[in-house]
Amino acid sequence: MSGVKGLVLSGGRSTRMKQDKAVLAYAGESQLDRAVKLLQSRIRDVYVSVRADQTQEPTRARHRQVVDAVGGPEGPIAGIRAAQASDPQAAWLVVACDLPLLDATTIDSLLAARDADRVATAFRSSHDGLPEPLCAIWEPRSQAALDAFLATGRNCPRKFLINSDTLLLEQPNPRALENVNTPSEFQATNAQLTPADARRALRVQYFALLREQAKCSEESLQTDAATARDLYAELAARHGFTLPAEMLKVAVNTEFADWSRPLAAGDTVVFIPPVAGG
Amino acid sequence: MSAFRFTRDAVDGQSLRNELLDLHCGGYASFEGWVRNHNEGHAVTRLEYEAFEPLGLKEGARIIEEAVKRYGVTRALCEHRVGELALGDVAVWVGVSAAHRDEAFKACRFIIDEVKHRVPIWKKEHYVNGDSGWVNCERCAADAHSHAHDHADHGHHHYE
Repeated sequence: MSGVKGLVLSGGRSTRMKQDKAVLAYAGESQLDRAVKLLQSRIRDVYVSVRADQTQEPTRARHRQVVDAVGGPEGPIAGIRAAQASDPQAAWLVVACDLPLLDATTIDSLLAARDADRVATAFRSSHDGLPEPLCAIWEPRSQAALDAFLATGRNCPRKFLINSDTLLLEQPNPRALENVNTPSEFQATNAQLTPADARRALRVQYFALLREQAKCSEESLQTDAATARDLYAELAARHGFTLPAEMLKVAVNTEFADWSRPLAAGDTVVFIPPVAGG
Repeated sequence: MSAFRFTRDAVDGQSLRNELLDLHCGGYASFEGWVRNHNEGHAVTRLEYEAFEPLGLKEGARIIEEAVKRYGVTRALCEHRVGELALGDVAVWVGVSAAHRDEAFKACRFIIDEVKHRVPIWKKEHYVNGDSGWVNCERCAADAHSHAHDHADHGHHHYE
């Protein structure tokens, strides 16, 4: 759509998640990549909003970036304002990167209902009826009003939209804007988004040092890991394995296997520490 | 019976040798690996061996087959003990019979070397001071944590 650019906000501190939310993977793909891909399916120019210290982070470095002004406002409004400064004529469709249930239907209905004569077009929250600022189209004319708002020491984008001439829409999918802030919310949502056949039921047997570190000689598990290499990384993180994968061999169904071999449901996997027979 | 085996009991070299007897053979060579009382400056009190037996049996059988083909020997056998071993126990036994002694020696050497490198068997040493460690594993893991380790030979030989 002409005149509308896409912006995915990824500058959050992820304090409750305790790890960078942009990089969290759903069904094997980072949240940031998923959000960018979704917007790119509808809008030609899509950017990722980052803080100045995030530009080199590998997941963000793959995308076109808009960098927050150093010494500017804090929070999501900083990203919105920086995007507007980079192209003051554009309307910006802004989405947070931590909306894993956001779908094309929601984006389409926002674009279709857009009123360029308002300050913004946004959805009404399905929880409290207030505007959702982080899946909204911010029009060029919001810039002066935003600066005036910031000058009063406030930086809450929702408060800004409540007090502005905002077109509010009903959400076509009431869950699309649920955000995910904690590890348990992430696990529940990831399970929901991962197709059943992508999660494999596997058996893993442990020997020697790995058996002692895992505190069991075998376990059955459900995993998204596509290969033995991915599986070792997942299990090493869970059990605190000290052996690096380069020191190990791997066997699948009692035969040596390549680390990149795709795993199938029902496989039995054994990681083989350096051997010491004789 | 397969030419590569695991045993939880003491290795009986005499009966293994008898399986190799063949009137076509003019030579027989065997090797025993024993549990010794020291390694790398540590006094060792006992050992534990653990194996991933289903794969170990396959890989061991492949090694024997390679040795027979490569050196043209008549028969070859290898038995590896698993479980708790005391000082002086036989940990591994290799025997080869052949028409002539040269092939028998070479095949015997080939088998023990390949078994040590390829068969999924692990050895835990228990030391006088109460410590214990998985040979070839713990030091590699520690190295990997402290710095990028090189792949220097971490082999700890209990004999040779």
